[in-house]
Amino acid sequence: MSEQVQKESMFSPKNIKLLTDPIGKDNPITVQVLGICSALAVTAKLEPAIVMSISVMFVLGAGNVIISLLRNTIPQRIRIIVQLVIIAALVILVDQVLKAYAYDVSKQLSVFVGLIITNCIIMGRFEAFSMANKPWPSFLDGIGNSIGYGMILVIVAFFRELFGSGTILGWEVFKSIGLYDLGYVNNGFMILPPMALITVGIIIWVQRSRNPELIKE
Amino acid sequence: MKILRDYLDKIKPNVEKGGKFHYLHSTFEAFETFLFVPRTVTKKGSHIRDSIDLKRTMFMVVVALIPALLFGMWNVGYQHNLSIGVDASLISNFFYGFWLVVPIIIVSYVVGLGTEFIFAQMRGHEVNEGYLVSGFLIPLIVPVTTPLWMVALATIFAVVIGKEVFGGTGMNILNPALLARAFLFFAYPSQMSGDKVWVAEKADAYSGATPLGELMTATDKINLPSVADAFFGFMPGSVGETSTLAILLGAVILLWTGIASWRVMFSVFIGGFAMGWVFNQFGANIYMNDVPAFYHLILGGFAFGAVFMATDPVTAAQTNTGKYIYGFLIGVMAVLIRVLNPAYPEGMMLAILLLNVFAPTIDYYIVQSNIKRRLKRVKQIAA
Repeated sequence: MSEQVQKESMFSPKNIKLLTDPIGKDNPITVQVLGICSALAVTAKLEPAIVMSISVMFVLGAGNVIISLLRNTIPQRIRIIVQLVIIAALVILVDQVLKAYAYDVSKQLSVFVGLIITNCIIMGRFEAFSMANKPWPSFLDGIGNSIGYGMILVIVAFFRELFGSGTILGWEVFKSIGLYDLGYVNNGFMILPPMALITVGIIIWVQRSRNPELIKE
Repeated sequence: MKILRDYLDKIKPNVEKGGKFHYLHSTFEAFETFLFVPRTVTKKGSHIRDSIDLKRTMFMVVVALIPALLFGMWNVGYQHNLSIGVDASLISNFFYGFWLVVPIIIVSYVVGLGTEFIFAQMRGHEVNEGYLVSGFLIPLIVPVTTPLWMVALATIFAVVIGKEVFGGTGMNILNPALLARAFLFFAYPSQMSGDKVWVAEKADAYSGATPLGELMTATDKINLPSVADAFFGFMPGSVGETSTLAILLGAVILLWTGIASWRVMFSVFIGGFAMGWVFNQFGANIYMNDVPAFYHLILGGFAFGAVFMATDPVTAAQTNTGKYIYGFLIGVMAVLIRVLNPAYPEGMMLAILLLNVFAPTIDYYIVQSNIKRRLKRVKQIAA
């Protein structure tokens, strides 16, 4: 009987909302404006952006669950340190796995995998959500937020790689459709960090004009 | 005239609220006020009537740019014929340049105004005159060989990201024309710098580098143009920037009509000269040793930037003291970047954009110090 209740609430509307809200109207990058630094740093190419999103998804999903399990035993005054230890452990795990199985991407991401530790989204979710909620909702919240984060990363990286290098995941799109023969030249500005900021800004612009409730007075 | 008025009055109901083409309201409004003096009057508050309005201001700037444009067209042809060793007449030089520069002007205006019209329709506000000057400036500050689609792309970027996102004409932080150039410079460096782009269809053996470009790579002896060449503008460079004389003619028009601020213009030149002089005293590298300070003022885009870009009333500092500081720092930064940063042969663009960003801060501190001084005076009297 109690199992029945448990199962029903697994994907209750409230829990689904935890998963979908951060993808849309509560997006960590475009609405909460967190995690901007890594969004600017790793989005020059699509591949590192995807790897980065997956890494953050692992760290945030697992971290949220662990914090949630420990939430009643963590002393209030040293909670930040405890959180940092957990994030750091998970990030080192990710870093080592990447170094072992995806060395090239790991070199491209360089310091930014390590800097997941300082990613504001992760600390933000720990503080705001998993310190006060059960493991399962915390897990959904972590996955939702990292999908929201990863989605923006991938969109930005797609445009930056396409217009900056003329490729998608290394496949030379513009060359194969013969655009260079018409005099097209890759836009070097797209690869520079300022253009990532402007691209994120344009995404925010589009999102807010489609969703007027996000516009602050 | 009567026919035109009648025609406008006939189609007017269609574009007003509730009409069939109401979404074209601002387009109609733009053309109507272009043809006739608008009948709207200010309803609230005190207002001063003057013969000058935004349209006339913008028009005067365009007039002031014409000497630089005409000279630029001729120079494009002159440099081309010089590179292939043909002795061409004044007229044929001019028309060679004319046919290369006019397409850039057309693209800049059509694309820029098109973007402005679209935004005006979408937001339901009127089309502003601000782009008249930006559209004229963009062709003058790019190399003549810039592909037209790049000009179009840079124009869209400058109008949308530089102006419309901030709220349109008068709200922009950065000078739109310079932003278009900065976009091109960072996006397509090989089309915007080096020795290949400044002379149209030059002979391969001929070095088409600008004097500043040559200075940057100079190792033992430097190859400066004569003072007269640099002042009159017989050297490669962006279309409108080479001739200091033509630019000064424009400056006279701007100052005589009171449109540009003499404070900004004057202090940019002082700042550039002062920094050049300081470098002359140190002489740390060959560039500083052998380039007299005044050369900085007549080479590259310095004069053009000082007269037409730095004085942009929207992006410059607003307070009088602020204008001196703003102008002086532009001059200093421009020469500093030229001499010390080997990646950028011309520092004027970056210097003006940088100070555009700082202008509100400068104004803020000027106003604050003014308030403080006055409070002190009040206290003294009260005590």
